[in-house]
Amino acid sequence: MSVRIHSYDVNREFTMGHPVDYTRRSDLQNVDHVFKAEITNTVNLTEHEKLFHIRILDPTERDRFHFHPGQFVMVVLPGYGEVPISISSSNSQRGHIELCIRKAGLVTDVLHRAAPGSHIGLRGPFGTSFPVERMRGKDVLLIAGGLGIAPLRAPIFYITERLGDYGKVSILYGARTPKDLLFDYQYEAWRRIYNVHLDIIVQEPDETWTGKVGMITALLEGMEIDPDNTFAIVCGPPVMFKFVCARLQEMGIAMQNMFVSLERRMHCGMGKCCRCNVGSTYTCLDGPVFDYWSVINQKEAI
Amino acid sequence: MLYKTITKSDFEHLIDFILEQNEIIAPRKVGEKPDGTPIHQFLPIEAFSEMDLDYSKTEYSAKTYFLPFRENLSTWSFGDGGWKQDIQYRQKPRAIIGLHACDIHALLKLDKVMLKGPFPSPYYKARRENTVIIGMDHEPCGSGFCASLGTDILTHGFDLFLTDIGDRYFVAVDSDRGFRILSQVPLAEVTDEDRRRYVRARAAISEKQTIKVHTRNLPTLLDLTFNSAVWEKWGSKCLSCGACAMVCPTCYCYGVKERVCMDLASASKVKQLHSCNLVDFAEVAGGHNFRPTREHRLKYRYYHQHRGFAEAYDEPMCVGCNRCGDTCLAGINPPDVIADLEQENP
Repeated sequence: MSVRIHSYDVNREFTMGHPVDYTRRSDLQNVDHVFKAEITNTVNLTEHEKLFHIRILDPTERDRFHFHPGQFVMVVLPGYGEVPISISSSNSQRGHIELCIRKAGLVTDVLHRAAPGSHIGLRGPFGTSFPVERMRGKDVLLIAGGLGIAPLRAPIFYITERLGDYGKVSILYGARTPKDLLFDYQYEAWRRIYNVHLDIIVQEPDETWTGKVGMITALLEGMEIDPDNTFAIVCGPPVMFKFVCARLQEMGIAMQNMFVSLERRMHCGMGKCCRCNVGSTYTCLDGPVFDYWSVINQKEAI
Repeated sequence: MLYKTITKSDFEHLIDFILEQNEIIAPRKVGEKPDGTPIHQFLPIEAFSEMDLDYSKTEYSAKTYFLPFRENLSTWSFGDGGWKQDIQYRQKPRAIIGLHACDIHALLKLDKVMLKGPFPSPYYKARRENTVIIGMDHEPCGSGFCASLGTDILTHGFDLFLTDIGDRYFVAVDSDRGFRILSQVPLAEVTDEDRRRYVRARAAISEKQTIKVHTRNLPTLLDLTFNSAVWEKWGSKCLSCGACAMVCPTCYCYGVKERVCMDLASASKVKQLHSCNLVDFAEVAGGHNFRPTREHRLKYRYYHQHRGFAEAYDEPMCVGCNRCGDTCLAGINPPDVIADLEQENP
């Protein structure tokens, strides 16, 4: 007599012929699958930031890759590592995405040295998104500080591509110095649109700067808003969105109608490594986009 | 749930049967502490005699067989200007014998994180599904406070669970797989006398559970004491070594690193367990650290175990085994820390 414990094959859970779910909420076999992609072009923004145009190589995967504004991908450089990066482009171009990346560590340093044509990997998209659908018919405040303009570009594109569906759209952007301003070549395009109001401010002007000087909150002074009819998206460092959201609260906007994007260390993107844990939530699953109430309701979120 | 009884000699035969074709992991005595108390670990065994079921607590939990300290997530092979990715989830079937209730509860909690949410982990699932769990009741381990967390009693999460009722084992059967294994030896139906003996055995164990930790209002208490000096007191003792997370049966956090082969022809993505007490746990690119001090990190550890996890999964992450307290070189242990927090708001 003897006992043989039967083997259980996890791979069998993946039924053949079942359509592949590229958001991979349930597909065991594709949990660690990496899309192969190509850097098609790069745009130098500042000394430290570069915009990467990226295309998924496989045409089928490219067609099925879709994301919502505010979501992020893990950029995979085999042999170097992975980094979480917010998608910075319009989601209407499937399989073509733009990532605005600051040179800040090992992986991003290698990326900055990569020439167009280089292959990289992508996992994702991951996380929550800005509820741009719920904002239809309302006024929208899009507020960015510093590198916060990178994740904010996705909802800016989403909304400016459907301007008829939204009320007044205000884009407020603040940076430390004029040299830190990103995407300056796009301001003119946004500024000329009838129902888009663009305002820019820097903290430390140089001799060439003729625009406004001060903190980002200064742009809100004297601004007329209809608080019950206004949504806000605020992206930037915690100290910035803390002050901005406090000001917006004073102006009467409900905390549930303000959205921020949090930044944390991440190693998986799937709620397993726990590195991005804040209170009871994982920034990768329940975020990176949180409404402001959820942010102040969690200890250590700001 | 089915209940049967088997004789102790038949249990020994059962282990031999399983061993013929499968790997068995069981508590083994690996040494003694200076005061003479034995040191046990879950290790593979070759024969029944190598197993010491009369152990009180292993130094490490059995977590290592489900979330290994180091694990290869995928392998890259480079060539032709590109790469190929290879991912393996396979795990040979095996059995773990002699897990106590708290350690089985730990697996049930890990299941919630690894299997029940979005992105179930195939690496974990392969190990979990291919491991037969044969648990066992035991005398309280000394420093554990499982009774305060309700993890001394089990209703599921095992294939077989044994309770010593004198000359026989009272066996709870919770899976068809368990039943088929158990059926290799003569089974007896549970008699009235067995039932009485079982209830007495359980009552005797419960009576010996003397360590009480007040955990009922702990989530709110942790909110109220977030800025308390208690964290400075215990944080200043902490060595940030991460030993608590290594021995913890439920700590699951990890980091990922790439290892490149010397010939540059391949690389692997390696997952290694981490600890929220280590300095770089929440450090991001550019150098900002969300939890820069030992105090921040120790507080986060308790806060996550008893507040954050409890909110997300409706139960605390801690099973009350006190392995972290036993192993801590600085003497930081949950019963004392929690008692201090209670003193803050008497």
